[in-house]
Amino acid sequence: MADVPSDAPEHCPGTSSDQAGKSSACQGCPNQNICASGAAKAPDPAIEEIRQKLTTVKHKILVLSGKGGVGKSTFSAHLSHALASDDSKEVALLDVDICGPSIPKIMGIEGEQVHQSGSGWSPVYVEDNLAVMSIGFLLSSPDDAVIWRGPKKNGMIKQFLRDVDWGEVDYLIVDTPPGTSDEHLSIVQYLSGAGIDGAVIITTPQEVSLQDVRKEIRFCQKVKIPIIGVIENMSGFVCPKCKNTSQIFPPTTGGAQRMCEELNLPLLGSVPLDPRIGRSCDEGKSFLTEVPDSPAAVAYQNIVQKIRDYCSSHTTSDHPF
Amino acid sequence: MDSSEKSNLHQVKHVVLVLSGKGGVGKSTITTELALALKHAGKKVGILDVDLCGPSIPRMLSVGKPEVHQCDAGWVPVYADPQQQLAIMSIGFLLEDSDEAVIWRGPKKTALIGQFVSDVAWGELDVLLVDTPPGTSDEHLAVLENLRKHRVDGAVLVTTPQAVSTGDVRREITFCKKTAVKILGIVENMSGFVCPHCSECSNIFSKGGGEELAKLTGSVFLGSVPLDPLLTASLEEGQDFLQAFPDSSTYTAISQIANTLLSSLDA
Repeated sequence: MADVPSDAPEHCPGTSSDQAGKSSACQGCPNQNICASGAAKAPDPAIEEIRQKLTTVKHKILVLSGKGGVGKSTFSAHLSHALASDDSKEVALLDVDICGPSIPKIMGIEGEQVHQSGSGWSPVYVEDNLAVMSIGFLLSSPDDAVIWRGPKKNGMIKQFLRDVDWGEVDYLIVDTPPGTSDEHLSIVQYLSGAGIDGAVIITTPQEVSLQDVRKEIRFCQKVKIPIIGVIENMSGFVCPKCKNTSQIFPPTTGGAQRMCEELNLPLLGSVPLDPRIGRSCDEGKSFLTEVPDSPAAVAYQNIVQKIRDYCSSHTTSDHPF
Repeated sequence: MDSSEKSNLHQVKHVVLVLSGKGGVGKSTITTELALALKHAGKKVGILDVDLCGPSIPRMLSVGKPEVHQCDAGWVPVYADPQQQLAIMSIGFLLEDSDEAVIWRGPKKTALIGQFVSDVAWGELDVLLVDTPPGTSDEHLAVLENLRKHRVDGAVLVTTPQAVSTGDVRREITFCKKTAVKILGIVENMSGFVCPHCSECSNIFSKGGGEELAKLTGSVFLGSVPLDPLLTASLEEGQDFLQAFPDSSTYTAISQIANTLLSSLDA
C-alpha cells in the first residue's frame, strides 16, 4: 500500500513496490540501494515489537467512521466506561485522533500529563481499571495545534502502541479520526501482528453520512478487519416538552438499518439524540451513570453487551506474519 | 508551471477556506449554503472540495457523478446550474464507484490537491470556496501551499456549540495563526432545535459556544445556524434550501452570514 516517504523524490514508486529502487524516479535518491536490495520491503520491526508488547491485551476493538462528528469519541468513551463498570475487567482507551483529540475532555481528564517510567509511558487512569492515552496529554495548552503530515502521525501511533505501559488489559478500545488515511492504515498495520478483534462502525441516519461510512466499510474489507457491527447514532430526537419524536438527521435512504441489510452487517443498535449526552461529554462525566435509565443509556448498554458477547465468542487470532 | 497556475486562478477574485478542527460540524453544509447564497446574490461561485476521503459536496448539490472533461487549460469544473454560476470540483467526480474508499496516505493526497488547485479551469469567479476535511494535516497544508501562490483571503471556521467541538476549533485557530491565514469569522452550526410540534427550543449540542469562542480569540462572529430538519433534508436531496424555504429563520441566518462575509471580502 502507499508507503511513499514524505521526503521522497517525485514519482517515488513506494518503498515496498516491485519497482522500489529500480524506477527512473529512484535515480539519485540516497536510499535507492536500500530499496533495490529489498530491505525496505520487510515488515516494520515495530509490528513484532507491538505484538509482543500487547500479548497482555486480550481484546482489541477499533471504533471507526468515514464521517466526522457522528459520535466515535462519545461512543468510545461510553463503551470504555461501561466495560470498566465491571471491576474485574481492565479497560484501556487509546485515542489516535492526532489532530482533534476529544477523549481527554470527554473523560474529564483534560490537562493531565503522561509520566515516563522504566517500562514506558504511563497512561492516565480515570478509574483503577480504566486507562487512557491521547496526544491531548502531550500538548502544553488546549490551543496547541498538531500540524503534522502523515509520517509524523504514524510515528506517534507507533509509539502509543509500543511504548505505552498498558499492563494486563481485557479490552483495548481505539478511537480513530474520520476518514481512511494515514491514522487508519497505521493502526491496522501496527496491530497486524497483535491482531484486531474487530471494528465497530458509527454512523448517523442521513445519506450524507452513510455514503462516507460505506467507504469505511470497504476499507475494513480491504484490510481484512472483521466488522462487529454498525451503530446508528443521533437517530431521532424526543422533545423534552411534548415527547414527540423528530428526525433531525432524516434517514432518507433507510438509515443504518437498510445499509446493514444491503451489506449484510449486524446493526448493533440505534442511540437517540439526547442533549444530556453532549452535556455529559462537555463536563467529562459518564452519561451512563448520570442518567442511567434514559432511553439512550439503555441503548448504549444493549450495544455494549453485544460487543462483550462478540469478544467472548471470538478469540483474537494470533496470526504470525 | 507558475504561468499555468496563474492562468487558471487569475480570474478568481476571492478565495475563502472553510475550516474546522472537528468533523461533522457542517463544513460542507455551510460551504454549500454560502455558495448558494452568493449565487443568489448574483455572484459567480466555485467550490473546491478537498475532502478526499469523504467528499460530500456532489450529493449536497445533487450534481450526481458527471464525467470531468478536459480542455486546453485543464479540467473543466462541473456546473450545478445551467447558467454556470456555480462551478464544482470534487474527488467524488473522479471515483468510478461511489462506495470506493480512497485509502491514501498523505503524499498522494498532497499530489492530487496540487493538481486540483492548479489544473482546474475555473474561469472567472467572484468567490472560490474551499471545503476541507477535519483536522490540521496534509490536506490543509497542501491546499494552503498551493493556493498561497495565488491568493487566500482567509478562512471561515465552523463549529457546533458544545465544548468538545470548540476545543478542536481552537486548535484550528492556532493553525490559522501559525500559517498566517486571516480568520474571516466563526459560524456556529446546529445551535438549537425548534420542535416542529410544540415550538420548544432544545439546545441539543449546548448553546453559545461559537460566540464565546469568537470573543475568546478576538474573531468576528458571523452568526448561528439552527438545527433544522428541513435543511438536512434539502442537503440529502440536493435541493436548494434557500430557494425552497425563503421564509424560514434558517434562511435569514444563512443570508446574513453570506452578506457579512461578502462585505468583509469587498472591504
